[in-house]
Amino acid sequence: MPKLKLPRKSTNIDMTAMCDVAFLLLTFFMLATKFRPDEPVVVKTPASISEIPLPENDVMLLTVDPNGRVFFSIDNKLMRQDLINRVDEYKGLGLNDKEKYNFAIGSSIGVPFNQLKSYLDLPPDEASAAEKQAPGVPVDTSGDMNTNELATWIVNARNANPKLRICIKADASTPYPDIRKIISTLEKQKIFRFNLITNLKETPKGTPAYEERFSKSEKQ
Amino acid sequence: MAEMDTSGGGKHKKGPGVKKGKKLSTRVDLTPMVDLGFLLITFFMFTTTMAQPKTMEINMPFKDENIDKETTKVKSSAAMTILLSKNHRVYYYEGIGDDPANPPQLNVAYFKDKNGIRQVIMDKIKRVNDLKASGQLTATDNATFLIKPAANSTYEDMVGILDEMNINNARVYAIVDITPQDLEFIQQTEAANQE
Repeated sequence: MPKLKLPRKSTNIDMTAMCDVAFLLLTFFMLATKFRPDEPVVVKTPASISEIPLPENDVMLLTVDPNGRVFFSIDNKLMRQDLINRVDEYKGLGLNDKEKYNFAIGSSIGVPFNQLKSYLDLPPDEASAAEKQAPGVPVDTSGDMNTNELATWIVNARNANPKLRICIKADASTPYPDIRKIISTLEKQKIFRFNLITNLKETPKGTPAYEERFSKSEKQ
Repeated sequence: MAEMDTSGGGKHKKGPGVKKGKKLSTRVDLTPMVDLGFLLITFFMFTTTMAQPKTMEINMPFKDENIDKETTKVKSSAAMTILLSKNHRVYYYEGIGDDPANPPQLNVAYFKDKNGIRQVIMDKIKRVNDLKASGQLTATDNATFLIKPAANSTYEDMVGILDEMNINNARVYAIVDITPQDLEFIQQTEAANQE
C-alpha cells in the first residue's frame, strides 16, 4: 500500500492583519481615554442622571469611603506646594523641605495633623500602603478649626487657590451622618455650592427631565 | 520563524556581465510587533479611564441668622416632607409636620421606576399646579420638598432623592436636618406595621 502523505502545511500565519487590529485598538485607547488619577480607596459612587462633567483643573476632591474616612486632595503640584507651606505655618508642624516636596508630588491626605510629619517621611511605596490604613482626616459638624481638621485644610486650600471647585466623591453605602459632617463643615465656611461625583445613569423615559432633554436635542 | 532569504549566494545562471538584482523577500515577520501592540493595549486599558466622571451640582440652603423667618416660610399646602430611612426606604407626608394636634400620615415608598417615590413627587407637583390654577396658591408658590435624611440612611439615598428632584424638574427642594419629631413619626409607623 502506498503511504498516504499528508501535505505539510506551513505554520506561518500572516500577522499583518492582526497587527493592524492591535494598533487600531491601541490608537483608540490612547485617544479616547485619560490616565486614571491615584485613588486612596476604592469608592463606588451612586448613579444620577446629571451630565455635568468634572472640571479639568482647580478641583478639590474629598473622597469618602464606606466607613466615613475622609481623604483630601487638590490638583496642581504648585498649589499643593503652596498649600503645604500655608498649613505648615498655620499649624506649626515643622515640616522639612523633603516632606513638603513629598506632599506636593503625593496624591491625597488621609491622616490627622499629628501624624502628617511621620506620614510624609515615608518612602513612596510605604506611603501608599500606609494610606490604606490611614484613619482619614478628622472632621466634625463644628466650624472649630482645632478639632475639625478638614476645615483647616479647606480654608488653607481656598487661600492658596480661590478658584477651587469642591467635589465630594463618596461611596454609595456611606452612612448619611458622615456626609452631613462634611456638608456642615462646608456650610460653616459659607460654601453652599459644591459638586457630588456620580456615575451616569440613563434618564428614565416619560419624565419631565427626559422630555426636556429630548426636545432640546430635537431642536438642535 | 522569520523568513530568511535563502535564494542568494547561488551561481549566476545568466553568464557574466548580466547582473541580476538579488530578490529579497518583502515579508517581515510581524509577530513581535503584534506582541508589542497588545502589550501596549493592555497597559492603556489598565491605567486609563474611559469616561470623565460626571458630577451633580448641589446648592445647600443659605444659612444665615439674618434672614427673616416669616418671609421664607414654606406654605404647608405646597410642601411635602420626605424622610430617608433605613434599607433605602422613603417615608413621605404632606406639609411640613408642624401641627402637633394633627400628626401627618406617613406613607412609604421606594426608589423604583414604577410607583415609587418618583410617582409621588410627580403627583405632588401636579396637585400644586392644580391648586395654583384654582387660585388657592399664588403663582410664585412652588411645590417644595423638604428632604430629611435620617442617620440610618446612606449617601446613595441622598443622591437618589436629589436625582429624583432633577428627573421630575422639582425646582424647590432642600436638605434639612431631621427633627426628633420626624424620627418619632418613623418609629410610630414602623411600630404600627410591626417591624
